[in-house]
Amino acid sequence: MSEIEPPAMSSGISHAAPPVVAVRQVTKRFPGVLANDRISLEFRAGEVHVLLGENGAGKSTLIGILAGMQQPDEGEVLVDGRAVTIGSPRESLEYGIGTVFQHVLLVPSLSVIENLMLGGNWWQRLSRGPALARFRELSALLGVTIDPDAEVGRLSLGEQQQVEIMRALWRGEKVLILDEPTSMLTPQGVHDLGQVMRRLRDKGVALILITHKLMEAYEFGDRISVLRLGRVVGDIPPERLRSMSEAETTEAVIEMMFGSTAEHARDAETLVGRGRPVHRDRTVDRSAPPLLAVRDLETEATRGECPLRHVSFDLWPGEVLGIAGVDGNGQKHLAEVLAGQRAVAAGRIDLAGMDVTDDGVPARRRHGVRYVTDERLGEGTVGIFSVATNLVLKEIGTEPLWRRGWSDWGRIHEHARDQIERNDIRTPSEKTPVARLSGGNIQKVLLARELNTDARVAVFNKPTYGLDLQNTRIAHERIVTSADRGVAVVVVSTDLDELIQVSDRIGVMFQGRLAGIVENGPDVERRVGLLMTGAEAA
Amino acid sequence: MEGLLTQPFLTALLFGAVTAGIPLLLAGLGEQISEKAGVLNIGIEGMMLFGAYTGFVAAYYSGSFGLGFLAGGLGGMLVASLVMLFCIRFGLNQIVIGIAVTLGFEGLTSLLHHFQFSRTYPRLSAAPTLAIPGLSEIPVLGPGLFQQNAMVYLAVALVVFMAWLFRNTYVGLNLEAAGSKPAALDAAGVDVLRTRACAVLSTGFLAGVGGAFMANVGAGIFVPFMTGGAGFIGIVLAMLARGRPIWVLLGAILFGVSLAMTTALQVAGVNIPTDVVQMLPFAMVMLVLVIFARHSVLPPALGLPYVRGDR
Repeated sequence: MSEIEPPAMSSGISHAAPPVVAVRQVTKRFPGVLANDRISLEFRAGEVHVLLGENGAGKSTLIGILAGMQQPDEGEVLVDGRAVTIGSPRESLEYGIGTVFQHVLLVPSLSVIENLMLGGNWWQRLSRGPALARFRELSALLGVTIDPDAEVGRLSLGEQQQVEIMRALWRGEKVLILDEPTSMLTPQGVHDLGQVMRRLRDKGVALILITHKLMEAYEFGDRISVLRLGRVVGDIPPERLRSMSEAETTEAVIEMMFGSTAEHARDAETLVGRGRPVHRDRTVDRSAPPLLAVRDLETEATRGECPLRHVSFDLWPGEVLGIAGVDGNGQKHLAEVLAGQRAVAAGRIDLAGMDVTDDGVPARRRHGVRYVTDERLGEGTVGIFSVATNLVLKEIGTEPLWRRGWSDWGRIHEHARDQIERNDIRTPSEKTPVARLSGGNIQKVLLARELNTDARVAVFNKPTYGLDLQNTRIAHERIVTSADRGVAVVVVSTDLDELIQVSDRIGVMFQGRLAGIVENGPDVERRVGLLMTGAEAA
Repeated sequence: MEGLLTQPFLTALLFGAVTAGIPLLLAGLGEQISEKAGVLNIGIEGMMLFGAYTGFVAAYYSGSFGLGFLAGGLGGMLVASLVMLFCIRFGLNQIVIGIAVTLGFEGLTSLLHHFQFSRTYPRLSAAPTLAIPGLSEIPVLGPGLFQQNAMVYLAVALVVFMAWLFRNTYVGLNLEAAGSKPAALDAAGVDVLRTRACAVLSTGFLAGVGGAFMANVGAGIFVPFMTGGAGFIGIVLAMLARGRPIWVLLGAILFGVSLAMTTALQVAGVNIPTDVVQMLPFAMVMLVLVIFARHSVLPPALGLPYVRGDR
C-alpha cells in the first residue's frame, strides 16, 4: 500500500531550512497572454507562504504547474533541491505535493472514504482497513471529525474542504497548496480552516495559500509574495512580516502592486475594500410604503437545487439589500423568481402595490424589473450574437428598433455605439460576437442593457464574480449609483465583504429560508456569520 | 386459449425469453459500463451488428461457437475503438459519432454479407447446450432455463461479477468518478481518458458478444440489420438501471419475455392479428419508458468530453 506509507517527517524545522519546493524562472504562455513571466519562488517547510494577487495575476497557472495540470514553457521546478518534471497530477501527488483547488474536486455520489481511496492501483481490491487507519491519522492531524461513510454530496462545503485537504495530504504531508480556500466558507468555516492551517504548519508542512484578500494574507501568512500580471513584484519575508502591523502590511503590498502612482490609488482602494469592510453611510426612507414586497415565496426544485421556503422581505426605493449565504442555499432561485424567470409555487410579489407574482420576464421588465445574472455568458448573453444584438436582447421585436417585425439594423447599431461609448465597453466594434470580449466587458454589456432606463428594481447575482479590480469597482459603482437614483437593489453574493461594502441591509439565506435580515453596521460580520450557519434559523 | 398454459408452450416461452434476453443483457451491461464512466455510447447498435457479423463468419468457417463469441467481441471492440478515438481522444460529440457508427456499420455489414454470401443465408448447426445437472430435470423450468448455451450462464454470472466490481474495486470507483466528476479523478492521479477508453472498449466487447449470440445461438444465421434496435433497448436498460447491474438483468428479462411472447403466441395459434402481436415488445419499451423514465439518474458528466483544466 504505497499510498498510505507514513511520510518521513523531519522535526525541528527552522525558517532557514532549505526549500521543499521551488520554481525558478518559470514562464508560461497562453495564446495572447503571458500568464507566468520568469517567476522564481521558494516554499519552505513549516511556513504558510501566501501568494497574493488579483484575477489574472498568474496564481492559478503557477498552481497548475505545481499540481501537474500544466507544463511550464521555460524554467524549472525543484523538489528537495532536485529539478523535476511534474507531468501529471499523479506525479505531483507522488512528490508529496497536494492541492486543494478552488472548485470542489470530490465525487459527490461516493462516500468520504471512497473519495480518499480514489487513485489506488486499479488491479487491487479496495482495502478499507488501511484507508480507515490513514483517515483517522489525518483526522487527528487536522483536528476534525467527519463520518468516513457519509456521502460527500451531503456534507457542508466546509466539511468537503476538510476532506479535500485530507485527500491532498493522503500520500504524504510535505506540501499543501490551497487555492482561494475561503471563498466558499462561512466566517466560522474560515476560522476552522485557519486552525487547521496552523496545526499543519506546526507539524512541518509547507503550505501555499493563494488569495486575493489582504486580510487573509496578513492573518494566516508567514511570508507573502505579491504577483501582478504574471510576475513576482514583491516579497515580505517572515522576519519582516512579524514586525509589521496590518496597516503597514497593507501599505507595503499596495506599494508592490501599484507603485506609488496616483492613478492606481483607486485600484488600491478597491483591493483594500475587498478585505476590509467599508460601510455606506446613507439612510433609507422607510416611512413610505415599500416598492417591492415579497411574501412567503416558495419554489419547487429539481434534484440538486435548493428551493425557496417562506421567503418574505420588503425593499424600499434607493435601498440596497444584500443577500448573503453559502452558495446553494436558494440564492439562485430567489434571484430568478424576482426576475420573473422562475415560476412561484406559493406566495406573492407586489411591486409598488401591484401584484406581479404571475408576470413573466417581459411584463416585469415593463414594470422596471432588471436582472444581472451570474451566468454572464449563456444566460445573460448569447455568445455568438454581436454586442449590438446582446444590448437589445430583451427588446427584440419591439418598437422603435423593430418595425412590424423587421429589424432596423441602422438604429440597433447606433444604439449600440452609443451604449458602448457611455459604458466604456472595450470591443473592436458593435458587431463583434460578445463571447470574444473579456469577462469584465461582457459584464458591462449586461449592466448597460439591464440598467439603461426606467429601472425600478434591480437584481444583481454575484456581480463581481471573476472580475478584475477595475471592473469590480465599476460594478460596485453601478450598484451604488443605481440605488442613489432611487432604484431598489438586491445584490446576491457569496462575498460577504462585498455586501458589507455596498448594502444597507444584509439578509442571509440558509437552506432556502431567509434566516434573517440585519442592518449593516458594526458587528454585522459576526451576526451574518451566525445566520449563515443556521444558528438563529428557527 | 387453453393451449397457452400447456407445458410445451411455457417451456418454449421461457427458452425464447432467455434467447432473446441475453443479447439485451450483454448490451445493457456493456452500455452501463460506458455510461458509468460518462460516455453515452449510442454506437452500441453498430457494435452489436458488427459483432454479429464477425461472430457469425468466425463460427461459420471454424465451426466453433467459442471462437464465434470471441470474434464477435473483438469485432465489437474494433467498432468501439472508433468511438474511443473520436469521442474520447478528440472529444467530438458522442451522439453524432454514435449515430454515424451505427449507420456506418449497418451499411458495412450488409455490404460485406452481400459480397461474401451473395443472396444466400447459410445456416449454422444448432448451438450446443449445457444442461445443468439436477436443475435441468425440473419440469418446464428445467428445459426452459437450464438447458442453455454456456454463454447464457456466463452472462448471468457477469451480472454478479459487475455488481461486485462496481462495489469492491478501484475499477468501480474510477468508473463512477469518471462519470460523476472527472476532474476529481484526474486530480487523484488517474487518467480520465484512459479510464473512459477502457470502459468503451469493454462495452464494445460485450455488445459484440451479444451480437454474436443473437446471430449464432438465437437465429443461426446472419441477416443484415438483424439487431433491429437491440442496442438501443440496451441503452434504455442501462439508463433505467441507475448503475446497478441487477436492474439491467431484470429489464432484460422483461423485454426478453415480451419478445418471446411474440413468437410463442404465433406458434400457439392465438387468434390475434400477427401485427398486433409483433408490436408487443415495442409497446413494452414505451410503457416502461413512460413509467420509469422519471426515475432514471444519469451521471452528471455523461456525454461531456473531458479536457483537463476546463471547468
